Formats: sequence, C-alpha cells, structure tokens
Amino acid sequence: MNRSTIDLWVGIFVTIGIGAIIFLALKVGNLTSVSSSPGYRLEANFENIGGLKLRAPVKAAGVTVGRVEAIQLDPKTYQALVTMHIDRGYQFTKDTIASILTSGLLGEVYIGLDAGGDPQMLADGGRITHTQSAVVLEKLIGQFLFSKAAETPK
Amino acid sequence: MTSATLAGLAVLLRRIGGGTIAAIVRLGYATRFFLAVVRHSPSAFRRVQLTLREIYFAGVLSLIIILVSGVFVGMVLALQGYDVLIRYGADESLGILVALSLVRELGPVVAGLLFASRAGSAITAEIGLMKATEQLSAMEMMAVDPMARVVAPRFWGGMISMPLLAALFSMLGIFGAYLVGVKLIGIDAGAFWGNMRAGVDFRYDVLNGIIKSVVFGFAVSMIAVFEGYIAQPTAEGVSSATTRTVVASSLVILALDFVLTVFMFRGLGV
Repeated sequence: MNRSTIDLWVGIFVTIGIGAIIFLALKVGNLTSVSSSPGYRLEANFENIGGLKLRAPVKAAGVTVGRVEAIQLDPKTYQALVTMHIDRGYQFTKDTIASILTSGLLGEVYIGLDAGGDPQMLADGGRITHTQSAVVLEKLIGQFLFSKAAETPK
Repeated sequence: MTSATLAGLAVLLRRIGGGTIAAIVRLGYATRFFLAVVRHSPSAFRRVQLTLREIYFAGVLSLIIILVSGVFVGMVLALQGYDVLIRYGADESLGILVALSLVRELGPVVAGLLFASRAGSAITAEIGLMKATEQLSAMEMMAVDPMARVVAPRFWGGMISMPLLAALFSMLGIFGAYLVGVKLIGIDAGAFWGNMRAGVDFRYDVLNGIIKSVVFGFAVSMIAVFEGYIAQPTAEGVSSATTRTVVASSLVILALDFVLTVFMFRGLGV
C-alpha cells in the first residue's frame, strides 16, 4: 500500500475520531454547562438537605440555572451550608427563597429558587437567607402519628 | 518427616523463590525498556511516516470491529436497560443510562479489550517475528536502532489510536441505543437526548472516560511492544508472546479500570 493511501486513511480515522470526541462533548455531555463556565456563587443554609447531592441542579421556575457545588456542615450552627454555582446571566433578588424539592416521587432532588420583589440583587458569594428544608418522610409520618394519637381520646 | 518430603518442600520453595525473582527482574527490565521507548519517542515523530503507518495498522484496521461491536453493545444496552427501567416507569431515563455506561465504562474498557486482541496481538507477533527472523539484529548491524525504527512508532501508533477508537465506540454505542430505544421501542427522542445531556457532565464523565482510554492505550501498546521485543525468537516463543499480550492486556485493563474508577467517581456523593 502506498504512502498517500495510508495518509488518507489515517486522516479519515483521526478526523472521525476527533469528531466522536466532539460529539460526546457537545451532544452527550453538556459542555456548555460545565461548572467551570463563567458564573457566580451563592450560599444558603438549610436545616436539613435530605437527599441533595453534589452537582444536583438548581432550578428557577423549572429551568436549570446552576448546579450544587459544595455541601458542608456548619460546625457552629449545625446547619448544612450549600454552595451553588449559578450561570452568568441569571440574577436573583435578595429575598429569593431557596427550597429543597424532589421531582416526582422517585425523581432527583434539586434546589428550587423563587425570586422575590427586592430591587437589590445577590452578588457573587451572596447568601440566600430564606430557605426551606427538605421534606423528610419519616418526620412527616411521625407528626401524623402524634396528631392521630392526640385526637383519639375524645 | 521423611527426607523425600523434605526434598519436595525444598524444590517447591526454590520454585517460588525463582519465580518471584524472575518476576522482579522482568519488571525491572520492563521499566528500563519503557525509559528506552520514551527516549526514542522523538524519532517516532521526526519520521512521522513510520508512526502514520502504525496508526493505519493499529487504528484504521481496527475500525470495523470497534464500530460494529459499538453498535451492538449499544443496542443490547438499550434493550436490557429498557426492560428494567420500564418496571419503574423510568423508561425515559434510557438515554442517560446508556450514555453514562458507555462513556464512563464500556467505551474505554470494551474498546481496550478489542484493541488488545486486534492490534496488540498483531504488534507483538510482528516484532516477535522480526526478532525470530533476525531482522532486528540486521538493523543493529546497519546502525539503525530497532527501538527508534520499530518499537517507538508502534508504541505511539497504538497510543494515539486507542482514545479515538474508544470515543468512536461510545458514539456508535449511543447511536445503536438510539436506534433501538427511539426508533424500535418508541421512546420520545427529546426525552432520550434531553435526559442524556442533563445527566452527563463533560468534565466528570466524558473527560474521565477519555483519560481512561488514554491510560488503557498506554498499557496495551506498552505490553504489546514489550512482549514482542522479549519474545523467544522461535515460532513457539512468538505464539506464546502473542497469547501473553492478550491475556496481560485484558487483565491490566480490567484492574486499572477499577483503580481509575475508584479515584475518578468517588467524591461525587454517589
């Protein structure tokens, strides 16, 4: 086999190989929303984060606007400190409410942001003060049982 | 204890000791060999025609087996995944299931195993046969270093081909899953691609998969040229070297895959 044929085939091979990597990057993995993309960070304290995991989506009105970047336990208040990475271009008001929600009964856990009416916006490193913890099923059942037990003597 | 059992014990101990020392010597020789390949790598790129030829033999000629098995693996994954997911009404997650399994694990590992048996064995047999027919000695006579002329281009040819083959395998696998999942079973195409894009992260999943395939490409190419280079220069020696390449490459790929997975996908809260 002569040189130019080999060159041609190697060229085709390398091109489609790199094409496959680009396909994996753009169509399969969403390269546009990697956490290193430009954006800013917000923090929020939660009483209980339930099943929230790293890289869980942060949604506003159902639209993914960022990802959970870090989850820590605040050693003083014993609350969970969640750091979120929000895509640039989305601004949230100072009185935004962050709540931990679940999509469907078995779906993924995510953080929902509900913007308020404050004219001031949260800046990089800002803290969301109004938060709503995850609904823990065991606690709900516990409350339900207690209230049932309180009712029966009548 | 009779003297016969004592003698038998001594033979056994000697065999264990000899085997251990031989393995350590072999490892030391392999390290020296690796350093020699690295030292001669610049010449593989100075005479790029040699390396291109090896990419042709290791990469282009492996395309058919990689592409066809990629499509079939993807189709089987889609069928099996659908069968389980539908029990939980989560059949729309088929895209992310297939994409994650292919990009993280199956792409690099299966492509690596196929590459070891298709290209690795060929490289070993070729170098071993060159040694058996004294072509390597003839080169040394002509002041041509076989490390630069034969070993380094083959090593780099395999090293460059492997990540590209793994990426093609993953892409074709996803395409096969798309064929079965969307075209045959009838999952919504938007949900298939949408869930996939939402759940697959470029840095954590795709990039780690590519890193894995680079590591496997290095391991397979290194084992292949090494086994060929140290093969006994007989017909039997070349055949057993080829077998050892496939066996050792496969084991190394699977073991390395475990180690890499532990390091890559541990701290994700999964």
